[in-house]
Amino acid sequence: MQQPAIQVRNLRKSFRKRNGFRKKTELWAIDDVSFHVAQGETYGLLGPNGSGKSSLIRVLSTLLIADSGYVEMLGFTLPEQAEQVRRIIGRVSVDAAFYKKLSARENLLYTALLYGQNARQAERRVMRILEQLGMENTKFSTPLEEMSRGMQQKISIARALMINPPLLLLDEPTTGLDPKSRRDVQLFLEDLQSREGTTILLTTHDMAEAERLCARIGFLAHGRLVAEGTAAQLIHRASAATLDDAFIRLTGEELVEEEPTVYADCPV
Amino acid sequence: MEATLRQTWAFLFRGWHITRRYIGWVIVFNFYALVTSATVALIGVAEKNYQLTLTLVVGALLWNYLSWLYQEIAMSIAYERWEGTLEYTFMAPVSRAVHLLGVSLYSLLNSIVTSVIVLVGLMLFTDLNLRGANLPGVLVVLAVSTVAFVGLGLFAAIFPVMSAERGAEATHIFQGSLLLVSGVYYPIEVLPGWLQPLSKISPATYTLSACRKLFGVGNSESTAEHLAGAPLSAVSHELLVLALMGVILLPLGLLVFVRIEAWAKKTGKLKRTG
Repeated sequence: MQQPAIQVRNLRKSFRKRNGFRKKTELWAIDDVSFHVAQGETYGLLGPNGSGKSSLIRVLSTLLIADSGYVEMLGFTLPEQAEQVRRIIGRVSVDAAFYKKLSARENLLYTALLYGQNARQAERRVMRILEQLGMENTKFSTPLEEMSRGMQQKISIARALMINPPLLLLDEPTTGLDPKSRRDVQLFLEDLQSREGTTILLTTHDMAEAERLCARIGFLAHGRLVAEGTAAQLIHRASAATLDDAFIRLTGEELVEEEPTVYADCPV
Repeated sequence: MEATLRQTWAFLFRGWHITRRYIGWVIVFNFYALVTSATVALIGVAEKNYQLTLTLVVGALLWNYLSWLYQEIAMSIAYERWEGTLEYTFMAPVSRAVHLLGVSLYSLLNSIVTSVIVLVGLMLFTDLNLRGANLPGVLVVLAVSTVAFVGLGLFAAIFPVMSAERGAEATHIFQGSLLLVSGVYYPIEVLPGWLQPLSKISPATYTLSACRKLFGVGNSESTAEHLAGAPLSAVSHELLVLALMGVILLPLGLLVFVRIEAWAKKTGKLKRTG
């Protein structure tokens, strides 16, 4: 039997928040979460804001160190083998973080060099990816700050894929995109998954997107994984008519999609 | 090895394109560096005292070089926090030593350019004659003190890792403190007694002391027409202290940076979204 691409067991992460002068409260961002993602599978994590989706992705991206639990990614454990994990993951976050004054080409070539890649080969690969994402070549030299959010997010996806990672971590990649850009990204991910067999962990607010892209879905609420299965299994388990209803019944919460907001120095 | 060279080049590539895109601000900063240096140096010209002018010119020139070097290293991390790209740098399979080496190399190039601009400007404003100064010796002292200042820059770079908002402020407080205690424009003896011990632990104090001797400041044989710069052997004490500081500060700065990065990952202090 093939080993899972991602194995997470009993993962816990808390943050301390100061309340008043000396009082500190502990907030659990990830509370005893266990799941696995098979190689080549697209697994979706659904949850409202603050449910722990981003924290979980950040642990898997080596940007956050968990308090306890076991994480293994294609045979490498975290946090011990973070260096090896960094070579096999690509990540797209909800905000497309770039040097906004630099062009798409300059940003992407910088990333290629950062990964020790040959810049010319990386550029050719990026051009192919951007073409598949429906982006014009002429935009390649435009500063990122002059691009729409949809275009920036496509560049962000190209950045994650230019290293050809076997594992792709997508943190709300289509949040805030217009319907066309959203469809472009979804089509591209479907094609990538079938063509390259890339393992994808996707967090989203969008039920239709989760149903369309994900083989299995996990519901997160208050840092806990409250239910897991295929969309049909979750609907059946909740005796619901839609995945939306199943989510509300199983988590007791509703999903509200928000525009991406950037918080600095605010871990929870 | 090839991959490491590419990774180092990545930071030079990034730095060059950012400089290019912010060229207006780069011109403003260099203009401001030149004008503030000239303003200070002209105090000596007004006094018609070439020794005072030389003291101020050496102070302004070296402070520009060292503070730019320090500031560029520290602020490159702050800039990454503001842009949100620090997470992506930390996620890349690049060692922190290569990352910070690349950042330091670009900062060094920037500092050299600014120093040359300030030097040329000061020569135009003060009409100083540097004949007789031990300029090769000055370059040796600068090369040795560069290592110590890169180490200090790495120390200061931890502040933006700890806090996106407060980090840049802390690096400037640290930089201001160095300016105060290092005897850039005045002898450290004029500082209050309780502050003077701090000047002993600033690498800038030894750099300035050594360079002033090499320029011939305070040497009774120096004249306005021909300076009597000391030989390199006359500053061996300062060179030894600077080398020692470099050997300690550079690896220590790197070590502390790595520790703070791990702390930020444990406490969730790195920027997050959503």
